[in-house]
Formats: sequence, C-alpha cells, structure tokens
Amino acid sequence: MLPKLFFGYFAFAIIVLSLLVITRRNPVHSVMWMLLLFFQIASMYLFLNAEFIAAIQVIVYAGAILVLFLFVVLLLNLREELLTNRFISAWPVGLVFAGAIFAGAVSAVAAFVPNFSGQYTVDVINRETHTKALGQALYTDFLFPFEIASLILLIAIIGAIVLAKKRMRS
Amino acid sequence: MNETIMRLLMIAVVLGGALFIASGLIWLERRLLGLWQDRYGPNRVGPFGTFQVVADMIKVFTKEDWVPPFADKAVFVLAPAVIVATILMPFAVIPFAPAMQVINLNVGLLFFLAMSALGVYSVTLAGWSSASKYSLLGGLRAAAQMLSYEVFMGLSLVGVVLLSGSFSLGRIVEAQQGLWFCIPQFFGLVVFVIAGVAETHRLPFDLPEAESELVAGFHSEYSGMKFGMFFVGEYLGVTLVSAMITTLFFGGWMGPLLPPVVWFLLKTFFFICFFILLRASLPRPRYDQLMALGWKVMLPLSLMNIVITGGILLARG
Repeated sequence: MLPKLFFGYFAFAIIVLSLLVITRRNPVHSVMWMLLLFFQIASMYLFLNAEFIAAIQVIVYAGAILVLFLFVVLLLNLREELLTNRFISAWPVGLVFAGAIFAGAVSAVAAFVPNFSGQYTVDVINRETHTKALGQALYTDFLFPFEIASLILLIAIIGAIVLAKKRMRS
Repeated sequence: MNETIMRLLMIAVVLGGALFIASGLIWLERRLLGLWQDRYGPNRVGPFGTFQVVADMIKVFTKEDWVPPFADKAVFVLAPAVIVATILMPFAVIPFAPAMQVINLNVGLLFFLAMSALGVYSVTLAGWSSASKYSLLGGLRAAAQMLSYEVFMGLSLVGVVLLSGSFSLGRIVEAQQGLWFCIPQFFGLVVFVIAGVAETHRLPFDLPEAESELVAGFHSEYSGMKFGMFFVGEYLGVTLVSAMITTLFFGGWMGPLLPPVVWFLLKTFFFICFFILLRASLPRPRYDQLMALGWKVMLPLSLMNIVITGGILLARG
C-alpha cells in the first residue's frame, strides 16, 4: 500500500509541476517550477533504489543544464515576454502528437518485463551497490552503445563550437 | 527507537556546530585579516572583541527588512533561504569520526556535488529578482563562474574515487589509512581547492560581488536578515569546503594520540585559516582571466590527473 501511495504522490506532483512549467507567463518562474520538477523525478529514481541515477539527475539536469536555461532566460526582456501568449495557435497539433506518444507508451506496457533477468539480480545489486553494478553493465555488456552515445555528444559539442566561432578575417 | 533519538541528536549537534563555527568565523576572519594586514580589527566588545558577533547579530536582526517595490517578491525572499539550505545539507554526509555521521550514503560524494551545484540558483535568482543592473550582472557572473568551476570540482574528485573505489565518504577516509590522498592526488587537491574558492565565491574569486565594480553584486538590494543569510552562507561554505578537503585529501579523522573528532576539527580549522589567508594576500583577477584559468588550465590539469591515475591503477592491475 505504502509504495503505491508514494508512487501516486510523485506521479501527481510531476504532472502538476509540468503543467505549471508550461503555463507560467514569466519564463524565470517556469525555470523554477522545472527545478522542483527535476527534484520530484530524482525522488522517483530514489524510490526505485536507483541512487546513482537520482544523484546524476540532480547534478546534471538541475545543477548544470537548467542553470544554462536560466542564464539565457535572465537576458530576455521580461516586459515583452509577459505580454506575449505562452501558446502558439498550433497547440492542438502538439496535443495530438503527445496523445499519440502516450498511447504508444501505454500499449507497450504489456511487453515490459518487470523482473530482473541475467546476472544482475536484486541480491547482486544490493551487495555490489547500485553504482558499481550500473558501471559494470555499462562498460562490459553495453560498451558499444555507450561509446556511440558519447560520440553523439562529442559531435554536438564540436557543432556548437563551429556555430559560435567568429569568422576569421582572411 | 534509541537509534532514532541518537540520529536526531546527531543532526542537532551537526547543525548547531556548523552554525556556531560559521558565526565564530565572522569574528575570526576580521581579526586574522587585521593581523595579516597590520591593523587591529574588532577588539572593543568583550575579551579580544569576541562579543562583536553578538553585536553584529543584534544589528542584523533589528535592521529594516526592506523588499524593493520593483523586485519579484516571492523569488527575492526565497533566494537567501536556498543558499543556507543547500550548504547545510552536505554536512549530513561528512564523517566527523568513525560512526559519527548523520547518514552514510553510498553516493555521499555525489550528494555533496549535487548540493553544491544547487547553490548557484540562490545567487543567480537573487541577482535577477532584485531588478537592478548591478545585481543582474553579479547574478550572471555567478551563474557562469559557479557552473564552470563545478565541472572542475567534479573532475578533480574522480582520482579520489578511483583510488578508494567508492562514493561513500566513510570508505574514502578508511582508504587513506597509511597514505593520505593529498600525496598521490596532489593535482586533484590543487584543482579542488581553487574550485572550492570559486564555488563559495570568496576573494580572490568574488567577482559576482566585486564591490569596486558592482556595488555589492547580487546582494546589493538585500538588507537585514536576508543579507545576513548570504553572509552566514558564505562562512558556512568555507567551513564545508574545508571539511571536504580534510575528508577527501587529508585523512579525515585519522591522526595519532588525540581523539578522531579533535583531529577532524583541527584539520578543518587549519584549512579555514588558509582560506582567510588567501583573502588577505591575493588580489582579485579580471573576470575573463578567471574563466580562462578555468577552461585553459584547470580543465586540462584535472583531465590529465584522471588519465594518469587511471593508467597507474590499470598497470598495477
């Protein structure tokens, strides 16, 4: 009963906070609600015993990426922003897409196997700690996908530098 | 039941101790600065001026608590509370002595990094919500500075984690039996100390509140106890970083003869004095110099440290 209650709280809080993020007129307030939202998501990970992912969620998303959002938003002209509408006229199209993705996720629930399989049983994870088990899985079984993800990030970094670089006078 | 009471007691002791040390530092810093800069500092109220803290507290509490009419009120009030909360939280995972710790997290080190990463919101939002140009500039500087130096702070600790094989701070201290990490992780220590100064935006890296350029930077519009929160937050930050240096690089509670807690406090006190000495002796760099030092010196240094430490560990098997 208690786990269901906790899950219910987190699910409810995440939905309410997401709605607050997209409906606030003031972009800085949106960013602050999003910060709270990230905490709820991190708590959800903790609730699933994924302590490493929870810590990384706070460090990377709340501590770095959202600060960059805030950095950009701080430089906006607030007087203009507060007058413009938050939603563009095409918002029903977005709603349809969101509904389609949600339907896809719901239909995929049946295919999801909620048990541990392979060598990483609950016993092993408890003994080795979650962080170590995750590291071992990432750097042995899933090394190739992991390296591909890092390559994609590298390309994004180089792309950002190329875009931001001033043209040299020839 | 008994354990719950012990834990609550531990929380009270740690919170009270951290706040007591932080308020004591306000007096100590001014006296030490006076000593090193050839002047007196506060020496009138009580023996050696120790009651100066009480006088300052009375002043801060009774001052008019003013919110500027042009400010974003909710954010303006929230910002000073955030910095004190995010700096007090990591004290929960610091091991002061064997089994003398509020909670031993498996990811204690990551918890410290996460909480210190959140401190930037307080400063940035304080700067923005004040709706004044000097505050906003201070907030922007703080956002970029703290974000960059967080990266190096995290990277400088990878070597420590590699050597001890754990994120738990208790395990890290135990792994330093025999050899403190300040010797094999010397470059990690250097990067961590410099990043620690920048994270707590203390002089010489106090660009977000550089008074010769920005009045008082992000807290120009604050008065009364709200300013007091930023003030105490700064000293709490110094205490926290000193305690972390002790834990991660100087063997935590370890030492001969004296009880472990005393060793921990002595080492922490030494690093606090070192931070004050830095403030007394070093000039403030320009902002672009600060960022260049970060990305052109600290980042390569910490990456080199990781590669070399990892390589040696791999070669040893």
